[in-house]
Amino acid sequence: MRWLIKGGRVVDPSQNLDEVLDILIEEDTIKAIEKNISVSDIEVIDAKGKIVTPGLIDIHTHLREPGFEYKEDIESGLMAAVAGGFTAVCCMANTSPVNDNQEVTRYLLKRASDCHLAKLYPIGAVSKRLEGKEMAPIGELKEAGVVALSDDGNPIADSGFLRRALEYAKYFNLPIISHAEDKTIAPFGVMNEGELSTKLGLSGIPAQAEEIMIFRDIKLAELTDWHIHIAHVSTAGGVKLIREAKERGIRVTAETCPHYFSLTEEAIRDFNTNAKVSPPLRTEKDIEAIKEGLKDGTIDVIATDHAPHHPLEKEVPFEEAPNGIIGLETALPISLKLVETGTLSLSKLIAKMSYLPAKIFNLPGGTLKPASPADITIIDPDICYCIDVNMFFSKARNCPFDGWKVKGKAILVMVNGKVVYTMHSFTV
Amino acid sequence: MPIFSKRHLLGIEELSKEEIQFILQTAEALKEISFRDIKKVPTLRGKTIITFFYEPSTRTRVSFEIAAKRLSADTVSISASTSSLVKGESLLDTVKNLQAMQPDILIVRHSQAGAPHFIAKHIDAAVINAGDGMHEHPTQALLDAMSIKEKKGKIEGLNIVIIGDITHSRVARSDILLFTKLGANVRVSGPPTLIPPYVETLGAKYCFYIEDALEKADVIIALRVQRERLKQVLFPDIREYALQFGLNKKRLLFAKEDAILLHPGPVNWGVELDPEVMELPLTIILDQVTNGVAVRMALLYLLGTKRSSNEMAH
Repeated sequence: MRWLIKGGRVVDPSQNLDEVLDILIEEDTIKAIEKNISVSDIEVIDAKGKIVTPGLIDIHTHLREPGFEYKEDIESGLMAAVAGGFTAVCCMANTSPVNDNQEVTRYLLKRASDCHLAKLYPIGAVSKRLEGKEMAPIGELKEAGVVALSDDGNPIADSGFLRRALEYAKYFNLPIISHAEDKTIAPFGVMNEGELSTKLGLSGIPAQAEEIMIFRDIKLAELTDWHIHIAHVSTAGGVKLIREAKERGIRVTAETCPHYFSLTEEAIRDFNTNAKVSPPLRTEKDIEAIKEGLKDGTIDVIATDHAPHHPLEKEVPFEEAPNGIIGLETALPISLKLVETGTLSLSKLIAKMSYLPAKIFNLPGGTLKPASPADITIIDPDICYCIDVNMFFSKARNCPFDGWKVKGKAILVMVNGKVVYTMHSFTV
Repeated sequence: MPIFSKRHLLGIEELSKEEIQFILQTAEALKEISFRDIKKVPTLRGKTIITFFYEPSTRTRVSFEIAAKRLSADTVSISASTSSLVKGESLLDTVKNLQAMQPDILIVRHSQAGAPHFIAKHIDAAVINAGDGMHEHPTQALLDAMSIKEKKGKIEGLNIVIIGDITHSRVARSDILLFTKLGANVRVSGPPTLIPPYVETLGAKYCFYIEDALEKADVIIALRVQRERLKQVLFPDIREYALQFGLNKKRLLFAKEDAILLHPGPVNWGVELDPEVMELPLTIILDQVTNGVAVRMALLYLLGTKRSSNEMAH
């Protein structure tokens, strides 16, 4: 199969491109990217007025399979991914059984390849059963296909353990992703600590719970000279610590999620469990610092932390509700608001959602260079619509952006040269 | 003309000053019924009231049940240990099942903040919050206000001091909200580990030292040391609490001579209150309990009868 994507505004940060170009695709590979390619006998995709980017990559997703298929499964999760413009996602290890052995990794990869949707890159556990005590067989996980390691959700409290894990993971060239939270500070915390937690009578989690852990993680990255990736940065203090560490050349990278630069703790004022998330939504001041961090490159990546739960699990009193917000189908339009408000250029935004995720986790893709896999997202920047959770491909509905007016949507997604998603309004 | 048009009573936060005053006036008018020979009026005849207590309580539950019975309502009690919740039924299902039996009023106590608000979203009956986690306990604040008004004739301008575990106290939150709405100067104090962050944003002044808080107080509200809530290390032990933060005759000397002492109960005598204050004329802990019935009768009446505002204001 050969495709020609014609006349679109090509935004490819890996080559510093932002201009109208044509892209020639043969089989699963990009063959050429030039002005006015003309080839006969080829399927043409008219992308005039649209934005053509490397396929988006989400490095922080929970697909819940195996074990929690009632919340989400690999197929529904990957459908949500492509509908949101993602051609690849990295799935976290906190399934049941945990992805701490090659059988689970292989199962995940097989299930994903059978779906023919987005690519799946599993993240392995750092410790067996995510208990933070014994190291998982990291070499074996690497051989089976994991791209990074994390005990996400169960922060590794034992600094000595994390030090050894970093040293060991370095041998296998696998970064460790840290959910930075010192749980001893607020063991009962369910929201940000501040005026609102006092008012609502809910236990708060101070920003320091995150900052202390980020500081420790940075120190361990320094000690081991290995790559630690800080997941879902939510605090101004965290951004500052990461910025300083990067200035000193420490191997630290960071991500944040759309909800951390779009929502404050106010979103839970009416005990809205769909806005209950870990780390918790913070304040206006934190949002500003996170935007600044995105702008100056302190925060490399925008990830979703797509964390699906069954609607009934969220239909409970606030304290009882599980943490988590889904994001695969909203990350792009919510993040495009950063471009609209001038916080990021379109090119920088696309970099944080494709090129940089690929770069920091050594993944294929994230580029439209010839000879790269044909993973491509076409975005219509002008579609205006309201986010409607009932239209999601995800099984879950825990989205605090329901009803938000947004602009911009992925309308065609190609993975390995195959069109895996189109929106009906787009004419091929 | 005061109007009470709320469907539920979930917290003091959503009540206006006028609504609070109207509830108090209604309670004052209904108080007399409890002192009659035949303590019953037919006002809520044919209405079904469920008390749904997810957390243990004696005083509040009995108070609500007596209030309902004095208004001739039919009452049913369920608690977590006797309901299907112990079989693993979700709160949502329990509420839907209760709704299917057409109750008029559901009185809820729950260990989690916001649980009554959650229930109110899923039920047609009027919901009264009888205490939700560390959030609010509106009927306690109303009966405190009624008791203070009885002794002091007003709330406005009084120095009202709340001493103890403010962090874990729903009574403190509702009290602060209510008294500041009615124009009192509210101060709080206690061990620093039991004062919530940004406590002053609730409207109270935070005095670091207890003696400063007690200075020229008109009203002192002592809070229970909720041992069952103290899952964390917040103070060394009960003995030290009593010595350093308990209210005794000596500490009460900082207050005005005619200051009154309240406590939401149950009291840990010898912990937050020295037994020596029990006999003081300023102690009105039992008046609070009496007024609790009147306040709850008023709320059941206001929420249980669907009348026009004219009729309500009789």
